[in-house]
Amino acid sequence: MSVTSLYPVLEPLLARVRKPIQYVGGEVNSVSKDWDDAAVRWALLYPDAYEVGSPNQGMQILYEVLNEQPDVLAERSYSVWPDMESELREHNIPAFSLDSHRPLAEFDLLGVSLATELGYTNLLNTLDLAGIPLRSADRDIDDPLVLVGGHAAFNPEPIAPFIDAAVLGDGEEPVLRVSELVADWKRQGRPDGRDGLLRTLAATGQVYVPAFYDVEYRPDGQIDQIRPNTPGVPWQVSKHTLMDLDEWPYPKQPVVPVAETIHERMSVEIFRGCTRGCRFCQAGMITRPVRERSAATVADMVDCGIKRTGFDEVGMLSLSSADHSEIGGLAKGLADRYEGTRTSLSLPSTRVDAFNIELADELSRNGRRSGLTFAPEGGSERLRRVINKGVSEEDLIRTVAAAYGSGWRHVKLYFMCGLPTERDEDVMQIARLAREVIRTGREVSGRRDIRCTVSIGGFVPKPHTPFQWAGQLDPAETDRRLQMLRDEIRSDRDYGRAIGMRYHEGEPGMVEGLLARGDRRVADVIERVWRDGGRFDGWSEYFSFERWQTAAEAVWQDQLIDLEWFTTRERDFDEVLPWSHLDSGLDADWLWQDWQDSLSEDEVGDCRWTPCSQCGVCDQMDTHIQVGPSDKVWLPTIEVRPTVTAESSG
Amino acid sequence: MVQKLRVRYAKTGRMRFASHRDFQRALERAVRRSGLPIAFSGGFSPHPRIAYANAAPTGAASEAEYVELGLREEIDPSVVPATLTEALPVGFEIRECVHVTSGSVADRLEASVWQLELQECTEAELRDAVDRLDKAGDVTVDRLAKSGVKQVPVGAAMLSSEIASAESDGSGPVCAILRVVVRHETPSVRPEDVLTALVEHADLAAPAAAGYTRLAQGPLLGEPVTVGDPFSESE
Repeated sequence: MSVTSLYPVLEPLLARVRKPIQYVGGEVNSVSKDWDDAAVRWALLYPDAYEVGSPNQGMQILYEVLNEQPDVLAERSYSVWPDMESELREHNIPAFSLDSHRPLAEFDLLGVSLATELGYTNLLNTLDLAGIPLRSADRDIDDPLVLVGGHAAFNPEPIAPFIDAAVLGDGEEPVLRVSELVADWKRQGRPDGRDGLLRTLAATGQVYVPAFYDVEYRPDGQIDQIRPNTPGVPWQVSKHTLMDLDEWPYPKQPVVPVAETIHERMSVEIFRGCTRGCRFCQAGMITRPVRERSAATVADMVDCGIKRTGFDEVGMLSLSSADHSEIGGLAKGLADRYEGTRTSLSLPSTRVDAFNIELADELSRNGRRSGLTFAPEGGSERLRRVINKGVSEEDLIRTVAAAYGSGWRHVKLYFMCGLPTERDEDVMQIARLAREVIRTGREVSGRRDIRCTVSIGGFVPKPHTPFQWAGQLDPAETDRRLQMLRDEIRSDRDYGRAIGMRYHEGEPGMVEGLLARGDRRVADVIERVWRDGGRFDGWSEYFSFERWQTAAEAVWQDQLIDLEWFTTRERDFDEVLPWSHLDSGLDADWLWQDWQDSLSEDEVGDCRWTPCSQCGVCDQMDTHIQVGPSDKVWLPTIEVRPTVTAESSG
Repeated sequence: MVQKLRVRYAKTGRMRFASHRDFQRALERAVRRSGLPIAFSGGFSPHPRIAYANAAPTGAASEAEYVELGLREEIDPSVVPATLTEALPVGFEIRECVHVTSGSVADRLEASVWQLELQECTEAELRDAVDRLDKAGDVTVDRLAKSGVKQVPVGAAMLSSEIASAESDGSGPVCAILRVVVRHETPSVRPEDVLTALVEHADLAAPAAAGYTRLAQGPLLGEPVTVGDPFSESE
């Protein structure tokens, strides 16, 4: 019996909701394979609105990798807005996939991409709307397997009771392996039911099944131990690292949204991983080692992607794009190739010290001059040494001077508030730095319309980083420092109006902190917040700190743990951290030593160019740095000419 | 710009839920993918020479939307419908394309023929309501816009009407169909305003659901009132 589309019953509702086009599907490059032909069916969920989820690279890559398999089907789904949610509940219509509007509950797997912890209430909401039991323990053999991935999956403990499994690290190979195992299990008549499948997955060593681990607590609230309760399950589950990215040139034809989304460009990941060692950065720490794509492969991906999407902007993505070993040649080559086609190239994330003006000029040759963004993160040189950001004030000023001198008018600078050892004077330095940037810009360009935007948010310590033991700064103190900075910036009559400041208040950071470093006891709080109406916690229009506070107080009223215990409390080396059974490859001693080094303001180099600091990843995971320059030859410059001319008709 | 093309396109199926801005982006990308030699404006921030005219409101389907493309090389207009349609999301379809030498299509769009499909409304109920509305004269309805409440001149704009009904396979709910010629006014009269006028001023019971399709738009022609083809008089 085939599962049919819900579209006919959905359509009458579309006239009543905001931005109905996001629920309709049918976009260019979207895939809707034959339901009955597939042996394994995935619903990929990004638990946020379409406009945020659709451009997400992780989802795009897995969507293609899975759909390329002849007997695998993958469809996309996103969180529906509250107005659509009301309509669905009122009319008893379950959560659906976008590509064929089939109920999510009919798929074999619900693969959830967790880029951020703030999507957890949306995840619960989707499970509920889909008719899938919230708790893993309550699901039966016909319910989809709820499998999560993405950065937040490196500590999925707060949502452990709600998920069946998690994959840490690069998902391309694991999802194919999981598909094979699920197909086998189905073909064999689903032996030993759901439990049998989960054991098979866990036995690969690449899939974390929370139900197979017990967590015990001590009277002081700390975890006593985390241990397997099932034979054949490893004590630690390791992350997966994809090597030879040139063999995996995805996405090849990303879906082109009809609705407006937050990024509208052809994104190509030029390398994965980062070894600069910024101590606050979870993304860098958990994606080691660096693996580049060769310039030739990047150029192919750009060419292919532009032709298949029609985007007029290309984004070269990575954690620090100017660090690519072939970036100069790549930027120039692409700028040459797309000359006159009005295709703009951008490097959304560059470190101050790797950026240079030649690069910037290549990138702005063909299109708009996009804004320049740098992330010094710390206001003083002292604090930047603490976080191992290694950017001297001289570097920063020299770079922005070059930028303003070459025609840029606006530079954006990212900072954080609440970094370890931070004092008021470190925060005030941000104002001084911004003023110096404007002063230099005016001098170098001879113009007064130079602008700089300071964008600053509260630092949230993350698992698998040297700062995972740090105490998070409380919201009141965070807000006080931000206010102080704002007043300081505004007080200067000469520069104040040239400097914009954008900041996030402290309270959402506390919830992010709770979810980032929480353990399984946080699950009941998440559920309570959701039942109380919590949704879209990443959106200021919907986020309610009181809801989280109330839920935490109610759920933990008889316990000594509370919101502060999980966030502002500093941990010690011998504390068993909730993610200690999940292995990112980083050696615990190395992380602790790096934390101690940070407190003494000692810096560490990048192992691409300085000796290895023994973080442990390459030894543990049998991986290695893969960087160029490569010997690969580019395809000849493709002449971009119109294909439809007077001669080509008829 | 070396050649100007006038294009009629349709918004059908699911794409009627796309906004006009959504269509603009989709068209620009389709132009790039198909390799049409579009011309660009000069100046600091060049944009493609694509001129839009009087787009249908989001939620309405249409067989008659118009857009003009300025090309930097001359091509055979007859290749455009297939080429562009293929490069657009399913639901946007290019119906016709002609070469024009003068004028802009916007000047030739004086009125539209709108079709309203009203679910669970009978032909008789609709006929009575339309008669009452006719007699009521220059009826206006309120529509909320960003700048405040607008008074939409429905009565003055409705120039003629025709009623039919469609029974779905005998067993389904009945559906009455109204076709009206609506002159383009400021503020513009949308099909939903016509329905609001019927409900608020002519005692029509609000239908269970309403679908809107623009069947045509173009110059206003004489007795009896009809809407002409903006492509006639083009080369």
